[in-house]
Amino acid sequence: MSGLIARVPGWNPAALTPDYRSTILRAPKHPPLTLTDASSELTGPIFGHDLLGALDNDLIRNFSQDGGDAIGQRIIIHGRVVDENARPVPNTLLEVWQANAGGRYRHRREGYIAALDPNFGGCGRVLTDDDGHYALRTVKPGAYPWPNGGNDWRPAHIHFSVFGRAFAQRLVTQMYFEGDPMIAQCPIVQGIPDPRAIDQLTAKLDRANTIPMDAMAYRFDIVLRGHRSTFFENRPEGN
Amino acid sequence: MPSDTLRESPSQTAGPYVHIGLMPNHAGIAGVYPVDLGTDRLPTGSRVTVVGTLFDGAGQPISDAIIECWQEAPASAPSGRFTRAATDPDGLFTLEVQRPTGSGAPQVCLFIMARGINVGLLTRVYFPDHAVANEQDSVLARVPPWRRHTLVATTVDEHTFRHDIHLQGDNETVFFEA
Repeated sequence: MSGLIARVPGWNPAALTPDYRSTILRAPKHPPLTLTDASSELTGPIFGHDLLGALDNDLIRNFSQDGGDAIGQRIIIHGRVVDENARPVPNTLLEVWQANAGGRYRHRREGYIAALDPNFGGCGRVLTDDDGHYALRTVKPGAYPWPNGGNDWRPAHIHFSVFGRAFAQRLVTQMYFEGDPMIAQCPIVQGIPDPRAIDQLTAKLDRANTIPMDAMAYRFDIVLRGHRSTFFENRPEGN
Repeated sequence: MPSDTLRESPSQTAGPYVHIGLMPNHAGIAGVYPVDLGTDRLPTGSRVTVVGTLFDGAGQPISDAIIECWQEAPASAPSGRFTRAATDPDGLFTLEVQRPTGSGAPQVCLFIMARGINVGLLTRVYFPDHAVANEQDSVLARVPPWRRHTLVATTVDEHTFRHDIHLQGDNETVFFEA
């Protein structure tokens, strides 16, 4: 199996982005070493559909305690996972987590005063289908304040974790919502140097897939690292 | 940019509440998934344990990280082993791995996520009882000699290895890009 397409400098955030204060003590000072033999990292875990429960991709229902739905704006998030060669990534596991509609996370370290929703846990997961498509249902998370600069608020966001086929394709990122004025003011988002890359993390309103009188829809496609071409390498089978 | 290639979605930090998504039962969110992914136990005998502390650049333990471990299957086994572990309040993590065997330098791959880490950190753990194979490993050979020790665990007993990880500082662990 060939290696992955090299990462383009200036696309991912640097390890050290001092406006995001937590990176100051957690960013390695040395640049990463390129793996010339990444054979272990080019394989990865495979998860089957028998892993999932019926409500795993439905955050409106999957933590319901009293039979009620989670409170907040009902939304569908859907899209396609592909690689940099535009090939779909089928049957790959996406795991998501988020705050509730008020911006409150269900976590012991969370100190924000917005109320918890007894019917909202904040986690979900889904496998992409044979064509790389996925869909989730949730409530739109609220913006939330965090102890960074004194008056910093995260834009509404949903955390995404994606596996891919290779351990080295592993992606952990965040999805934002188009039209949110806090995206331009967030030190975490603005650690991404290229505005096109920020736009790639911004979900777009998808009126065509709105469920009338029920839920709005947002489209969010994900691109994982692709394998590079194997011209002139000792591989008779090619790519 | 060529029209037939795309760019990978950029990475963002997993944040301080990563456990909600990746280890909800551990975070006290019960009833959504029967078990947290990557927390199944190996049978005694085939397992060894890698224990370590995750440190930041000030030498302080990191208690809000998740470390994932991928161990490729040896030729005889049907699939590899995937483990997920959270660092505890003292920054300690415990990973159960298959007892390393084989003719090459046995290794496990790690992926580290936390608040303050913008792009998940990829590294490896090699084992001290395979010194000859480690000497011949092509990846270890490219690591500057004074940093090689940051990738090799130390023996505690026949079932246990110790491997501290330093994100920054004098003993900064070697991280990779594939």
